[in-house]
Amino acid sequence: MFKLLEPNKIFQITSKAPKYVLFLFIIVLSVGLVEALILSPEDYKQSDAVRIMYVHVPAAWISLGIFSSITSLSISGFIFKNKNFFLISKSLAPSGFVFNIIALVTGSIWGKPTWGTWWAWDARITSMLILALFYALYLISWRIYENEEKVFKISTFITILGIINVPIIKYSVDWWNTLHQPASINILSKSSIHSSMLYPLLIMTAAFALFSLLIFLMKYNTELIKIKNKGLDRL
Amino acid sequence: MINELLFMNGYAVYVLSAFGFTLLSFLSLYLVTKVQFIKEQNKFVAKFGSLNTEQANSAKSQRINKEILANVTNN
Repeated sequence: MFKLLEPNKIFQITSKAPKYVLFLFIIVLSVGLVEALILSPEDYKQSDAVRIMYVHVPAAWISLGIFSSITSLSISGFIFKNKNFFLISKSLAPSGFVFNIIALVTGSIWGKPTWGTWWAWDARITSMLILALFYALYLISWRIYENEEKVFKISTFITILGIINVPIIKYSVDWWNTLHQPASINILSKSSIHSSMLYPLLIMTAAFALFSLLIFLMKYNTELIKIKNKGLDRL
Repeated sequence: MINELLFMNGYAVYVLSAFGFTLLSFLSLYLVTKVQFIKEQNKFVAKFGSLNTEQANSAKSQRINKEILANVTNN
């Protein structure tokens, strides 16, 4: 099965895919922006400030999803002794980190009109900040260490430590008294968000997911060419 | 409608700055990644150009190398 994941075979697809993904991303984002900024209703309590949700929530979801993927890929890389898993993880990290920063900054902007403050050392916000630090450590580890084996070990160790924080982020609003509101969308039970707000949120999430796919593909292709550059040096 | 969009009941400064920051982050990340990609691609082409015939043939035997070169000409 892993033969299908060989870089030589994957490159045929990943080298052509970015232009199609970019095209699709622009379309979905345009629809999402119209829905989020114009068509969706204002909230009865928060008024138009609620529109920040359409960038804040997808960014937070995707940054959490990417970190979980990076962790499982890094661990799988060790179990199956497959370098490509590490390469995929490394290529996913930059967009995950940027989404994490977007979630923090837009959360802070949203906090001012709703809570009256830009920042609070609240459990949800602090745990998201800690996730950003783990992302930064992960990215720095790839820059610092030249030795492949060493960087595989250290980056995996960072993700294993960081993944402990993910359920803390998820349940922080239930475990502690926080300024941050509890989840409005639940997969297992009934969501408390109205469909007029849920659909724009899902469209924006799809746009953000497409963007992270686009960056992943471009980054992955760059990493493959880097490897091939080293190969040419050895000829 | 434009007035509504620009005013947003007094929250426009918050909403538009949140969306603006997001789109600016997207654009920056896209441009940085694109520049890195083009840099590596150009490095590859330069290295490939400096190979002798035997080395070039050996490199071309790998499908991925051919794909990288084909992408450069397509771009």
